[in-house]
Amino acid sequence: MTDGALLATRGLGRRFGALRAVDDVSIDVAAGSITGLIGPNGAGKTTLFNLLTGELRPDAGQVLLEGRDITAQPPDARFRLGLARTFQIPRPFRRMSVLENVMLAPAGQTGETIAGALLRPGRVRAEEARLRSRAMEILDFMTLAPLADHPAGQLSGGQTKLLELARVLMGDPRVILLDEPAAGVNPALTRVLIERIEALNRDGRTFLIIEHDMDFIMRHCDPIIAMAEGRVVFRGSAAAAMADQGLIDAYLGTPAR
Amino acid sequence: MIGVVSYLAFFLTMAGILAIAVLGLNLQWGNTGLFNGGVVAFFGAGAYGLMILGGRPEAGQFGGFQLPFPVALAGGVLLAALIAWAVGILTLRLRHDYLAIATFGVAVAFESVTRNAEWLTGGAKGLRGFHRPLEAAIGDPFLFSLAFLAMVLAFLAAVYLGLERLVRSPYGRLLRAIREDETAARSLGKNPARLRLAAFVLGSAVMGLAGGLYASFYAFISPQDMAPILTFQIWAMLIVGGAGNNRGAILGAVLIWAAWTGSGFLLARHAPAEFQLYTGTIQYIMIGLVIVGMLMWRPQGLLPERLAISQTGGEAARRSASRDLTGRETE
Repeated sequence: MTDGALLATRGLGRRFGALRAVDDVSIDVAAGSITGLIGPNGAGKTTLFNLLTGELRPDAGQVLLEGRDITAQPPDARFRLGLARTFQIPRPFRRMSVLENVMLAPAGQTGETIAGALLRPGRVRAEEARLRSRAMEILDFMTLAPLADHPAGQLSGGQTKLLELARVLMGDPRVILLDEPAAGVNPALTRVLIERIEALNRDGRTFLIIEHDMDFIMRHCDPIIAMAEGRVVFRGSAAAAMADQGLIDAYLGTPAR
Repeated sequence: MIGVVSYLAFFLTMAGILAIAVLGLNLQWGNTGLFNGGVVAFFGAGAYGLMILGGRPEAGQFGGFQLPFPVALAGGVLLAALIAWAVGILTLRLRHDYLAIATFGVAVAFESVTRNAEWLTGGAKGLRGFHRPLEAAIGDPFLFSLAFLAMVLAFLAAVYLGLERLVRSPYGRLLRAIREDETAARSLGKNPARLRLAAFVLGSAVMGLAGGLYASFYAFISPQDMAPILTFQIWAMLIVGGAGNNRGAILGAVLIWAAWTGSGFLLARHAPAEFQLYTGTIQYIMIGLVIVGMLMWRPQGLLPERLAISQTGGEAARRSASRDLTGRETE
């Protein structure tokens, strides 16, 4: 249990009826890492994500962000504390423009309240101009700038994954949780996505990534955490993961001990 | 001539009042995705609030405080907002059709209260005896009707401009995000429960304003005015005009009110005698057909919602300004 962990869980558990979807999971996500989370379908990865982001409440254990217990915080508060996530099945605001999707994210905008929007138009305008240029920069970085004025519902699956990442970047998060970013994305866009993740990581952003694409995980993630049947069955480097017989068994479906 | 102008003033006054209510519903449904099936309750709260605060005292009757018109109107708006707040706390966890059923139930309960709480609402005979603002000072009924129309249009303009500013601001962006996907909005640090409640209360207060104007126009309100058909009329106006578009809301109010009064006039004059008894029913059926027909053939309404775009000016912006929400070029 390192002190350097930006995001950590301690003894985290969640049952659905008799099923222990997440069972006594303690992980550390080191600041500045791209940590990979793997495991067969039903291993509890997405449940763990939902516990980390507050979509689900745990039955046991704690979630810590920079050592601070955030277990009781709802998802919106966690985002404002710097913990952001994307979804396995992307959730764009379909009937809003791509640009609006991105400009939404920053917290504490003057024009977000009825009074602010009605009574302080000048200040709202100035803030909007700043937000718009920042959003355009981020969209440009994500290669989505030409689509800024299109409804988000028109984007391809891969483009919506880029949009989700652009959206959370607007909130300037410290840790970003990506749920299967490469699934269903064509190779060209996957390459863009990986490049952007690595560039953001070089700037000091921490990632925790669920992915089934082993090539993606082995090449870009370090360390790797593997789950099976709700428990952590492996943690270590990519090289160690490839040499680990227990992990390979877990992936092939042999019951974990 | 004066008869035509005076009918036109009456027509536009009612259309303006209804347009205000449609704008309130547009904030709730068009922008936030809240399915309010009990519009008439909030409209009625504004109407009864005004009559109780501003009406003349009567024996055995609570109210009749004869407060000045602006105070009574504000009181009605506040009453609508308070009821919306209480209903909102209880029901806003419900989504879509469930919220619609719950709010419809609130409206039925409201009508039942107006019919039975005689000490408060006058029961079936309703409340009357309201001094309309400036009626005595203006004197001439025709001039007064024009002045009242001007006041209604001023309220309509103020509500329209206020709501336009709201929905084009970051606040409107938040509401649309909640309409589109609450889970995603929450994951981006927003609090949907609080925002939904605020939008529900504000939209209902606007409906209350419309109800207050309606009651002061007729200087009379009764449970007859609280029938569910009003909710459906206001919904039809929004669906025909275009949910999510405030100009559409106003256009829809004018068109449906014209169709309603026009069909009533034509049926009364030209329908075969055996149908004369059923003109009201025929009109109900027509409202239903208009709603279903629009939803089938032009669900976005006559003036569809516009996409908020990145900047004004420039060819790209002009092109996307004429793009609807599905991305088709429309103009």
